[in-house]
Amino acid sequence: MAKLTIPAQELMYPGHAACPGCGPALAMRLLLKGLGPRTLVSIPACCWTVIATPYPTTALRVGVLDNAIEATGASISGMRAAADALGLKDVNIVGFAGDGGTADIGLQALSGMLERRTNAIYVMYDNEAYMNTGIQRSGATPWGAWTTTTPVSPSLRGKPEPKKDIMGIVLAHRPTYAATLNPSFPEDFDRKVEHARDLTGPRFFHVFTPCPPGWRFDSAETIALGRLATDSGVFPLYEVEEGRLRITRKTGQLKPVSDYLSAQGRFRHLTPDDVARIQAQVTEDWERLLRREREEIVRSH
Amino acid sequence: MTMKVLSGNYAQSYAAQLARVQVISAYPITPQTSIVEKIADFVASGDLNAQYVKVESEHSALQVCISAAALGARTYTATSSQGLLLMHELLHWASGVRAPIVMGVVNRAVAPPWNIGADHADTMSQRDTGWIQFYAESNQEVLDTVLEAFRLAEHPDIRLPVMVTEDAFYLSHTVEPVDVPEATLVDRFLPPREPHAILVPGEATRLGSFTGPDHYVDFRKQLADAIERVPKLLGKIEEEYRALTGRSHGGALPTYRVDGADAVLVTMGTATTTARGVVDEMRAAGHKVGLAKLRLFRPFPDDEIRRLATQVGRIGVVDRSYTFGRMGPAATEVSAALYSGGARPPLSSFLAGIGGRDITPHEVRRMYETLLEGRTPTTHWEDLEEEVTVHG
Repeated sequence: MAKLTIPAQELMYPGHAACPGCGPALAMRLLLKGLGPRTLVSIPACCWTVIATPYPTTALRVGVLDNAIEATGASISGMRAAADALGLKDVNIVGFAGDGGTADIGLQALSGMLERRTNAIYVMYDNEAYMNTGIQRSGATPWGAWTTTTPVSPSLRGKPEPKKDIMGIVLAHRPTYAATLNPSFPEDFDRKVEHARDLTGPRFFHVFTPCPPGWRFDSAETIALGRLATDSGVFPLYEVEEGRLRITRKTGQLKPVSDYLSAQGRFRHLTPDDVARIQAQVTEDWERLLRREREEIVRSH
Repeated sequence: MTMKVLSGNYAQSYAAQLARVQVISAYPITPQTSIVEKIADFVASGDLNAQYVKVESEHSALQVCISAAALGARTYTATSSQGLLLMHELLHWASGVRAPIVMGVVNRAVAPPWNIGADHADTMSQRDTGWIQFYAESNQEVLDTVLEAFRLAEHPDIRLPVMVTEDAFYLSHTVEPVDVPEATLVDRFLPPREPHAILVPGEATRLGSFTGPDHYVDFRKQLADAIERVPKLLGKIEEEYRALTGRSHGGALPTYRVDGADAVLVTMGTATTTARGVVDEMRAAGHKVGLAKLRLFRPFPDDEIRRLATQVGRIGVVDRSYTFGRMGPAATEVSAALYSGGARPPLSSFLAGIGGRDITPHEVRRMYETLLEGRTPTTHWEDLEEEVTVHG
């Protein structure tokens, strides 16, 4: 396999306002490297509202439109409509929203954008809770995770409900392209971005973005934790195009999820039974993914 | 001159077409639907070269317009009642990013209970969102005002969104002869939008952003200053429009037979036509009554109201909605305008035509008589004195 090169161009200024070790900051940096300067980004209320720095400064070398938290899908439909009406060529229209702004309050606008076949890229950067407001649970928070609204007490051990399957919801709309991305694997990340950039129609990225203060881990460990997430099967890397699913990272043997869970304070309260339950679910999901990949390949022959 | 027989809703559609809007986005709601259906026909037939984004909610419709305007497009949408209420958060966004959107609103009652009749509660409850608000009396006025609205919205001194409202069914579904100006004429009046403070591919720009208390107040003050420039500019724009079409609708507060009047009613929308007829009848019978049409509600025409107050004995304000715990919303505004003015004639708030009730000549006559008799009720629910008329 030829060695991939990450574009050298930086479209994110170093003077941003992210926390040390911020996953969403890495996600934006890599995304813009792959997309290039002719990119317009719509950002709802989320960590990136703040990371981009307050008026009159900006941390990005591209055009940014702020939008209400639930409106990102509609916003990029409007931007694309205007670009088409005004004859703007070769411009990437991107929505860049958090998990709460996408899987919870923004789900309707996202569904509308996908159904309308808007020619744009929607990015959900997933730090698995409302982090900008101070670590409240979202629909994307995993089972068992501590947050400030799913506290650990004698009657509650973190979030009692499982994580919402945003990729399943998105794929039900049959988008042009959908993929999971992880900044801990920058070559895979960039390849998917550059591939999707040159496609037409609705495209969706589910990006894994660790949050040191929200997940309770050392900010020096972001990349290592991200690698553990994928290599344990908690966040597998795959892409779906024209109904074909392809897993883009396989290591032969999954690492135990306990390696991933024990690296974070938000799972510290889990009992061995809780960990076994999570392990069983992760293994089952991974095997289902493998089956889907095989079935799709068989069907395509 | 091309006379067409048009509903108020079609007058909106023809105006949007003549304005050469570039992006339209809408979600259907009764009684707005025929506006956006007609625009769909224009786009499908090639009579309007525009991107038409059919969305899954009014909230998204307005966001599409805001984001399209952020790239420099001329945008239009239309809604009514619940749809406008759903847009509420984004009404603030539109004015905050100074998006020159024009929106047609068919004034309809707010649920519960469900009611699709004419009522101003929908737009009145949006009066603090930074939008310019016009209330139209006729289908001709709808068409002309939408065209004027684009000029105002995009003017370098204004750069704010505008609502042009029409009463449900009395205008939205009632046809009248309407002069539809030639496209070449409208092009002279309304040239393409000049882009300002927009996002440009390849340039580091940000629209919206966030600020602390250091800059936030400056943005609010700029918006406040912009909307206050509207009345003066409206006069100039109407004068230009009159030079091209021969028509003017009389600015923010056109008056009728108010000189030396003992009693004047302030009306909005279609109630004005009924009241004008009553004025003529009562004047013929020797009663000194007059009429003022509140055409521009935001910004509120304080100066015009104060001038009116110096000429008349008593003022009654007819509101088609109620501000719970206060009085009619237009009455509260007139009252506030008068407090700082020189003349302060007695003021009454009449509530009439709520939820699609007809405002009859009989009812209007009784309001004038109440004023002439020197009774000045703070708030009076006129509808409750009338027999109910249910159409359909």
